[in-house]
Amino acid sequence: MNALVELRGISKHFGEGETRVDALRDVTLSVRAGEVVGLLGPSGSGKSTLLNVIGCIVEPNEGWMRLDGEVVYDGQWQRRDLRRLRLEKIGFIFQFHNLLPFLDSIDNVALVLHLAGYPKVEAQRHAVDLLEYLQVGHRKLAMPAQLSGGEAQRVAIARALANRPRIILADEPTAALDSERAAIVMDLLRKLAVEQQAAIIAVTHDEKIIGHLDRIFRLRDGRLADDGDSARA
Amino acid sequence: MNLAFREIRHKLGRFALTCLGLTLLLGVVVTMAGMYRGLMADALALPKSIRADLWVVQADTNGPFAESSRIPGNTREMIARVDGVVAAGSVTLQPVEIDRDGQGLKLEVVGFEPGRPGGPANLIAGRSITRSHYELIADRKTGLALGDRLELGRDVYTVVGLTQGSITAAADPVVYVTLRDAQDLQFDLTPPEARRAAARGAQRTDTDIVNAVVARVSPNVPVEAVAADVHRWKHLSVLSEDEQEAILASVVIKHARHQLGLFMGVLAVSSAVILALIIYTLTMDKLREIATLKLIGMPDRSIISMIVQQALLIGLIGFVTGAALVSAAKDRFPRRVVVEAADLGMVFGVVVVVCLLASVVAVRVAVRVDPARALAG
Repeated sequence: MNALVELRGISKHFGEGETRVDALRDVTLSVRAGEVVGLLGPSGSGKSTLLNVIGCIVEPNEGWMRLDGEVVYDGQWQRRDLRRLRLEKIGFIFQFHNLLPFLDSIDNVALVLHLAGYPKVEAQRHAVDLLEYLQVGHRKLAMPAQLSGGEAQRVAIARALANRPRIILADEPTAALDSERAAIVMDLLRKLAVEQQAAIIAVTHDEKIIGHLDRIFRLRDGRLADDGDSARA
Repeated sequence: MNLAFREIRHKLGRFALTCLGLTLLLGVVVTMAGMYRGLMADALALPKSIRADLWVVQADTNGPFAESSRIPGNTREMIARVDGVVAAGSVTLQPVEIDRDGQGLKLEVVGFEPGRPGGPANLIAGRSITRSHYELIADRKTGLALGDRLELGRDVYTVVGLTQGSITAAADPVVYVTLRDAQDLQFDLTPPEARRAAARGAQRTDTDIVNAVVARVSPNVPVEAVAADVHRWKHLSVLSEDEQEAILASVVIKHARHQLGLFMGVLAVSSAVILALIIYTLTMDKLREIATLKLIGMPDRSIISMIVQQALLIGLIGFVTGAALVSAAKDRFPRRVVVEAADLGMVFGVVVVVCLLASVVAVRVAVRVDPARALAG
């Protein structure tokens, strides 16, 4: 199966000289379609930097990266419009859902489709379909403040999936949820990965969801401590 | 999907309060502009109501409104004989303060010759003066009504006519009496002084002095030509209607005008700073949302548009409600407030520019927001 996310020799440092901090050192990994992988490691190990690099938010200093078949970094960005790249290829799920507080559930999801150029009616219809698929269709008109933590995270997942990205990056997706809801969300992500043939990369500290991951990449001082083939813990 | 309006709807109370604050601020700016216009209108009201083409005054003076001017009463006959003059009339002006119902009432008493230029041209009720003595035409602002009786000096006058808009640069209402009555009022001594003077055997001096002669010029004759003829008399100066208005605008209300202009400038700058702070604060409050929007692929131009739309909407609502408020309340101000479309247009233009400038700082912050901020815990 082809890898949707491939990184080779990715390094990233911040600052120079005595203040230089090596956040990532020679990171090589690949994630295939249908996989849910976890990035684990202590604080400051480089998890968030790696997620930002894969999300094309932070530019690496060296290495090579291919996303969904397109080489996006080879010593430098290969595309000028990284915003468009993110819109087309990557969905983001946040720790605190980051729904826009002034939009209801439908419009939070439909916004991504508007940005992608969908007509309004089609965007709204697709957003409703997604919310129903994620079993929060009954809360489609609710504002984020009116949603429970689990409902808000599902709406956020719907938003991440709206434009059918093949790569989904999740930053502590279960940190704000109790064990039961965390398990439900992880089962959902697994289901999505399989059904939509997406690669899901989740940064987490949450040991209780490790059982839901296909593979785990452990980071320590910016290096991968294993090659991610340790499979389920 | 218009995010600017959606966010406003979500925070409607806060938005309404912000607009209310700006409404009051811009209302004060519009009021200042209206007071400025009102000051000009008040200053020009009296000369405009007399409708003279030429004002003949004492030599080397800017009289009779800006400076004291005294010329002989027979000047009128001289002016009336000048080629091109179709009518001329003598006028006197004298400020007085009388007691009316226990309250002080400041008036400008204008003496004129009925049937000749110098009288009120804006009569709204009653009639002009027909008797030689003790009849009076009052501006409505005095609070007098037709038939009311008013004591001026040693005599009692009956109100026979009413005008509207006859006021001085100080916004005091004008009353018109016959020239003879005005001269008596101007030159007669008070009763105790008169008794003392009579006891000393003093003779009454010539009181045929006027402050100005106003002339109307034939439409077929250039006003400048008539003015040049009058200038030949070395003891007289002559001012055209435009010159008279220019003197009033530049001399009489110069300081008040500058002060109002200064206040307007300070208020405009204050409004700009406050608006900039409001827009900046609104933007700072949603940096995480902006980071999220950037992360999910929203272009910078859409985020800029959102900020600028909100700034313009706040400015527009503040301006419209502020202008409406002032228009509704302008007649309740103690001094005249004239709200002109041109001034409103200028203030609106300034508000739009200020809104755009005020957005600049907020836009700079928004554009620099790192999308990674959305991922931070």
